[in-house]
Amino acid sequence: MATIPANTRLAAERTWTGRLAALVKAAREAPLAVVVILGGLILVAALADLIAPYDPTLPVKGAEIFAPPFWMEGGSLATPLGTDFQGRDILSRLIYGARVSLIVGLMGTLVAGGIGTALGIVSGYLGGWVDQIIMRVTDAWLALPAIVFAIFLAAMIGPSMWNIVVILGAVYWTRYARVIRGEVLSLRERDFVKLAEIAGASKLRVIKKHILPNVLNTATVLASLTVGVVIIAEASLSFLGVGVPPPQPAWGLMLSEARPTLMAGQWWLTVFPGACILLIVLATQLFGDWLRVRLDPQTRNL
Amino acid sequence: MSSPVLEVRALTKHFPVRRTLLGGPARLVKAVDGIDLAIGAGETLGLIGESGCGKTTTSKLILRQETPTSGTIRFEGRDIASLQGADLMAYRRAVQVVFQDPFSSLSPRMRVGDIIAEPLEIHTDLPHAAIEERVGRVLELVGLAPDVAPLFPHEFSGGQRQRIAIARALATDTRLIVLDEPVSALDVSVRAQIINQLEALQKKLGVSYLFIGHDLATVAHISHRIAVMYLGKIVETAQSDALCARPMHPYTQALFAAALPSHPDDRAPDKPITGEVPSALSLPSGCRFHPRCPSAMPVCSQTEPALRRREGGGEVACHLYP
Amino acid sequence: MARDAVLQVAGLQTHFFTFGGTRVVRAVDGVDFTLREGETLGLVGESGSGKTTTCLSIVGLLPRAARIVGGAVVFEGEDLTRKSQRELRRIRGRRIAVILQDPMASLNPLFTIFRQVAEPAFFHQRLRGRSLRERVQSLLRAVRIPSPEWRMREYPHQMSGGMRQRIVGAIALAGGPRLVIADEPTTNLDVTIQAQYLDLLKDIQRDTGVALIFVTHNLGIVAKMCDRVAVMYAGKIVEQAAVRELFDAPKHPYTRALLGSMPKLGSKEPLYSIRGQPPNLANLPPGCSFHPRCPDVMPRCMTEEPRDFRPGDGSVARCWLLGDVLARP
Repeated sequence: MATIPANTRLAAERTWTGRLAALVKAAREAPLAVVVILGGLILVAALADLIAPYDPTLPVKGAEIFAPPFWMEGGSLATPLGTDFQGRDILSRLIYGARVSLIVGLMGTLVAGGIGTALGIVSGYLGGWVDQIIMRVTDAWLALPAIVFAIFLAAMIGPSMWNIVVILGAVYWTRYARVIRGEVLSLRERDFVKLAEIAGASKLRVIKKHILPNVLNTATVLASLTVGVVIIAEASLSFLGVGVPPPQPAWGLMLSEARPTLMAGQWWLTVFPGACILLIVLATQLFGDWLRVRLDPQTRNL
Repeated sequence: MSSPVLEVRALTKHFPVRRTLLGGPARLVKAVDGIDLAIGAGETLGLIGESGCGKTTTSKLILRQETPTSGTIRFEGRDIASLQGADLMAYRRAVQVVFQDPFSSLSPRMRVGDIIAEPLEIHTDLPHAAIEERVGRVLELVGLAPDVAPLFPHEFSGGQRQRIAIARALATDTRLIVLDEPVSALDVSVRAQIINQLEALQKKLGVSYLFIGHDLATVAHISHRIAVMYLGKIVETAQSDALCARPMHPYTQALFAAALPSHPDDRAPDKPITGEVPSALSLPSGCRFHPRCPSAMPVCSQTEPALRRREGGGEVACHLYP
Repeated sequence: MARDAVLQVAGLQTHFFTFGGTRVVRAVDGVDFTLREGETLGLVGESGSGKTTTCLSIVGLLPRAARIVGGAVVFEGEDLTRKSQRELRRIRGRRIAVILQDPMASLNPLFTIFRQVAEPAFFHQRLRGRSLRERVQSLLRAVRIPSPEWRMREYPHQMSGGMRQRIVGAIALAGGPRLVIADEPTTNLDVTIQAQYLDLLKDIQRDTGVALIFVTHNLGIVAKMCDRVAVMYAGKIVEQAAVRELFDAPKHPYTRALLGSMPKLGSKEPLYSIRGQPPNLANLPPGCSFHPRCPDVMPRCMTEEPRDFRPGDGSVARCWLLGDVLARP
């Protein structure tokens, strides 16, 4: 009987260096603008301490309040994007704000995804009354207006960045639960799951070995699409004063603080943080879209 | 035949169907309605029938994915319904299944080696090296190189995947494999490979097969004995040769008439039976086959024929053979 | 051979272009055949042999990544490869009909049987009202749907698989086609239903003289249904012959192997098993594509692609073995 030789090209992808190469290759296939924006923001957030010219929470010594950007009359290169009502450097606040936005966006998504995926798997795989209870809770949760609910929770447990992460996770898990449950329902009928059960695998083992790995793709795509939503929610909460407490620099908070000056003509206080929020949300959404197509085996294989 | 490996007695599975929102009278789908089967060591029993005849439900009952409404399934003398704990695990180790679709039966996210090793991991505390060695051995048994273990299923063609599925079924000390249409989804040029492989493995390992299929020629080729099912009942059972030489039940004859020729000059059979399999919800009275039967008699719509000894060995349930 | 050729396919090449055209898959690579009125051609092959792509090329229903890059498809004297999608639409459904494997996918679950069967007659023959109803009923009767006047008010989900496939047949016949392409139409049917359906197709063909292309991997269906057979392997027709000729004296080793691997009723002889796996079209071996699996492989097969040989009995085979036979005095 002829034996089948291993496919060398595919085998190469299995070493660590091979995986790294595949990752680099994947990144190069992603839309360039998205990679640049996301990569840039992550870098900026990570190196904020090194690249921010000033402390974001303290007024710049010698700078005026409401100094305009450098290209305008009265602007100075020392504070290239101007200063705010306390004389703090806007560029520095934006740079540190990226850190807040990314941490809240990613961690909030992680919490939401973790809760939702776990509940979705349990609900879909176990079925029966467990499924009924989890899904009714999910429905009830979905019926609550997300932001109002988040404000309520924030008011209850008090504002801090990590509280916001937990709150947003608790608000946005429902989508995962629904989608993942649907996926699990169809996975449960696949023969490999039946085979595992017939071989005597415990429920825990089936979930760990067969269900979870097969829903991770979906969860990842969902996550990349949720990051933007969570970032906006964080900005909204901060804007409403129940988010990241001042003087910590968060983009939503910056918008909120700049509100009284919007009519007065100091547009740079609002436009720059607003543009940052737009940019990061757009980039994560585009990334999510690309990931969705890329991880779909049907579109990938031909 | 010495004592059979698997013995099925009066096995019945009825599914209740709720008809209306208000409940209404619950009707029953009699998917399996009192069947007897026996499979000896190293023997292949072919179970043949059209969709809805209950062959899949039968396999689910044997695999303990469903619990029977009544009747018993004995494996090596023990009623499997009563098995629990360690005994149940022993049963799970001894009875495996190979499904029809090799694309659905291998998890796309697991390596071939891990797929095959899964039953071993569940049932044994073997060290990693021993498991790896066992995986290599069963891969060789089914004609694959042991070094394919680290690959993923999508790197294999349908026939190779089916080999992997068979290797997995053999990983433990398997005594019975339920083969649920294992070649119908494969390309013609690899079907023969798989059938020959299954036959060779049986000779070598003495494992028993329950071969479920709808293609008469394939089932007859691989099976020692054949049971023909129609709407939850076994209508005829016999040694494969005897059944092919002289099918007696009109339904068996109809299956033979509908079988495709292997040469254009093969005598065109008489017109095959008309009509379609009726819904299992509203079974015909008397013999279930009588509305489609070309030789139906008045008695057929009144009394259900029982299985009786047939000429040439085996049994047949038909009023034509009192 | 007095009958007219309905369809002539000459040198058809259809390639798939993926990854922005960087990878070319020659799904169909030089296919020739002729189909006459009332004739049935069996197109036999495994998955990936190009039999389905050949059919889709004929009717112009190729997926986006695929393009016809060479050859001609002459239907009733017109080259279909030069037609616009608009012109093709008019030919499909009227003069060429297609029956696919899964009837549920071919029928719209939201419309009644009447509406779906009536559509071609409504648009192409502009029938209305009573005459339309009668036309639909006669079509349903032609495919042996019992009590069509009732059945046509039902929806696809209310019918059995065999009935649905016959409805699809009725839709195919509605335009009065001269060519019907049936792509594995019985794969999902039970054996007794399959036999009924095949007999029905045969009867319809006898009554209407329609030409039939039967795409299948099942040689039993070929033996039952077809007048001529074309065996495809890796995008090429490796053997083409009258059905008896092919079963009695197969010329190509692949055909021989396929015939040998068919289980025969009542025989316990070990089956002939073809070694290896079906070829990967994206990565074909050099020379004859079948050579890695061929029991009669010669050194020449590994480097040189065989041409068509005509041993004189009307069959055509692409194999160097025949070259040797024919070269001998």
